[in-house]
Amino acid sequence: MNDEITGGSGGPFRWYDLFSRGARDWLRHSEKVRDAVRQRLPEIISDAEILGGGHRTVRVPVKLLEHYRFRLRTPESQTAAGQGRASPGDVIRAPENETGGQDKGHGTTEPGGVQFVLELAIDDIVDWLWEELELPNLQARVGGMSDEEYTREGLDRHGARSRLDRRRSMKEAVKRRHVQGESAPPFSDDDLRFRQLVHRHVPTTQAVVFFAMDVSGSMSVEDRQLAKTFFFWVVQGLRRQYKYLETVFVAHTVDAWEFQEQEFFQVSGTGGTVASSAFEKVLELVDTRYDPERHNVYLFYASDGENSPQDRQPAAAALARIGAVASFMGYVEISSPARRGGETETAALFRDLAGSGDVGSYVLTAPEEVWDAIRAFFIDRTQQDRHPS
Amino acid sequence: MSELELYEGKLEALARERGLDYFPVNFELVPGSFMMEVAVYGLPVRMPHWSFGVRYFYQLVQHRMGHSRLFEVVFPGNPGRAYLSKNNTPQENTLIVAHVLGHADFSKNNELFRRSQEEVGYNIVEKAAEHARRISDAAALHGDDRVEAVLDAALSLEAHVDVFAGLRREPYPEFLDDRKSGSEDPFQARYQALEDRREMKDTRRRRRAPQPPRPEKDLLWFVANHAPEMEDWERDIFLTVREESFYFYPVFATQIMNEGWASYWHARLLREADFLPQSTYLDAVKTHSDVVRPYAGSKQVALSINPYHLGFCLWEKIIEYRGLDQAREIMRQDDDFSFIRNYLDEELARELDLFRYEAKPNGEIRVINTDIDELRESILTPKFNFGAPAVSVRHMRTDGTLELEHEHHTDGRGLDIERARKVVEYLHRLWRRPLVLDTVDAGGKPQQITVK
Repeated sequence: MNDEITGGSGGPFRWYDLFSRGARDWLRHSEKVRDAVRQRLPEIISDAEILGGGHRTVRVPVKLLEHYRFRLRTPESQTAAGQGRASPGDVIRAPENETGGQDKGHGTTEPGGVQFVLELAIDDIVDWLWEELELPNLQARVGGMSDEEYTREGLDRHGARSRLDRRRSMKEAVKRRHVQGESAPPFSDDDLRFRQLVHRHVPTTQAVVFFAMDVSGSMSVEDRQLAKTFFFWVVQGLRRQYKYLETVFVAHTVDAWEFQEQEFFQVSGTGGTVASSAFEKVLELVDTRYDPERHNVYLFYASDGENSPQDRQPAAAALARIGAVASFMGYVEISSPARRGGETETAALFRDLAGSGDVGSYVLTAPEEVWDAIRAFFIDRTQQDRHPS
Repeated sequence: MSELELYEGKLEALARERGLDYFPVNFELVPGSFMMEVAVYGLPVRMPHWSFGVRYFYQLVQHRMGHSRLFEVVFPGNPGRAYLSKNNTPQENTLIVAHVLGHADFSKNNELFRRSQEEVGYNIVEKAAEHARRISDAAALHGDDRVEAVLDAALSLEAHVDVFAGLRREPYPEFLDDRKSGSEDPFQARYQALEDRREMKDTRRRRRAPQPPRPEKDLLWFVANHAPEMEDWERDIFLTVREESFYFYPVFATQIMNEGWASYWHARLLREADFLPQSTYLDAVKTHSDVVRPYAGSKQVALSINPYHLGFCLWEKIIEYRGLDQAREIMRQDDDFSFIRNYLDEELARELDLFRYEAKPNGEIRVINTDIDELRESILTPKFNFGAPAVSVRHMRTDGTLELEHEHHTDGRGLDIERARKVVEYLHRLWRRPLVLDTVDAGGKPQQITVK
């Protein structure tokens, strides 16, 4: 540091101009806030508003972090010294309305009391959630759609200037001069070598994911909401993770229909439950549109599990046929603490197939569990501990 | 700048003539952003920690709303360092130079300042920058997260030091002192002197002293020296934070005196500086009355007391009635506690319209009284121990469990339990053995926080 009074003169930068220590520590604080929010993601993603469509962000209220210190308990009332023209008994500020704004004057001045809203992009949340997740049993299928890549292969005497390989060209010149002797020109057009590019086909993994949902009368509004929340985050995650992914949405009561994605998240129905209708629909679509030779087939089915008993045989048969071609089938039973999750008709159907290892199920009772359900299906599948079995 | 140079020398000459005695001061003009960071960190370069980021954010908001304007900061030392905001007008800077000389006089002569500088050194700005560098090195070596965990704990205990026990302390005695067992009693003395008795004493087991022998207020020192499983670099960070607290203590504990002294001197030096043009003097007086006043703007009542104004009025009174020599003696020996208790009398309190008020949970604020004793305590209560609750180490068990105790009788009420638990959790990450903290709840019933 310099020892004379300095003003406008002196160098263009001083040590304290180089960076802001306050901004550095504020960034670290923000990082910690984001980490804290990440810990709470399972709660955040259960927020139903997201499914409305159109929103690409979620707004999460967060507080400034407090660095804790020993402090005395806040007393009922506080006394302190003030200054001004006032005599004992004077009321400097009137009490606030008892009903409203109780905490307006109080508390907001305390550090840590400030709330602000963090806006998180859904894409970011999906990135965080899906970091460690993947589609189970995904394999490259022959003849599938392929990535086309340009790859360098070989050299030629002609080509675009930008692909001139200088090192090779120099080598060619050295070789030629060695053969031709002293009188040879240092460089000639014949020495030039250009890199060649070729197309190459890269086999890719292709997948089609069927999302089937029971929208029959027995599924309450909350049940459907839960199923849709689960599907929503699975769809977001899969899209993010896989480039070539097709999604098909099927809803059923006693009949099954294919829906567009937007409609699927709005759909509701009434009537009985015939699960086989949905499975047959899936099979039909696989046969007509998605050759299992070329596609990894996935089915995720959400239901309250109350399938009609007469449908047991047809549903089991259809499911077995899907199981034969599918890489994985997942069953999400929408249940409640009152119901006995995992002991229903539909749960039994999936349990019968569970031996193959390509079938999983999960009992979902509350929005906070959506994230656990997703983990159960998409994380390392050897450690699924929450299965009803 | 020219103006600063023009009058700085003359002001210094006048100050010395009036008896101000100070180490040389280096003045430097700095941008507003620098001033703001000093307000946040307390020092120009200080260790990084996210909690400063939060304070920085609040400072920015306040600044945007126009609530705070910082003219200068001074760091004591030899030489002293004064940073003046580039936003100041030259007239303001004339006043500020005089103000800074008052601070420099104070920090050289006040006993608390003198002692802290003897211990911490006469170069706190460089020292803190060196601390910051050491901590960055530690972060590079041991990882940001581990260093942050140490700072979380150390900075949360920042206020819990014992400045009167000194920066460099002797370790506790290892054994209990047996000698006092009857040395006054002539019979015991003769008995002790018996030859075979002395032999017996040598073979006798001495009793180990409990650690700590009496409740220990200096939590940072105790943890750094007695934590069973802390690494050396972690202890080092604790001691670094502690050293900075020793620096901050006099700044905190003499704020009213110090700001008052500096304000008295800027007012007097400018008044007596006949070399100043009339316009500069008038502008400076206006700045003085903007800063040294009880309430902001057009308000008639303030819910806090402006230390500049209170200190200024006290010094004016003292110098008027007791003379400058006695005032200098008070300046040397007192801190805010003795200063307020000895010299804020009823007459002055009435003159200044000081009062005590009560703020109720429903938002009502009511004036209670103007009783002088209670007024003094209301002013001083937030200043004891940096305003932190009295928490001390009571005992360390043989298994390494640390027993902390909140002296709720001293503080009048218990700790905020949630916050206290968090602090104990910070500490637990370094103590690495169980921790226990005793306090009381709202009803005065014992409350124990345990972290295993």
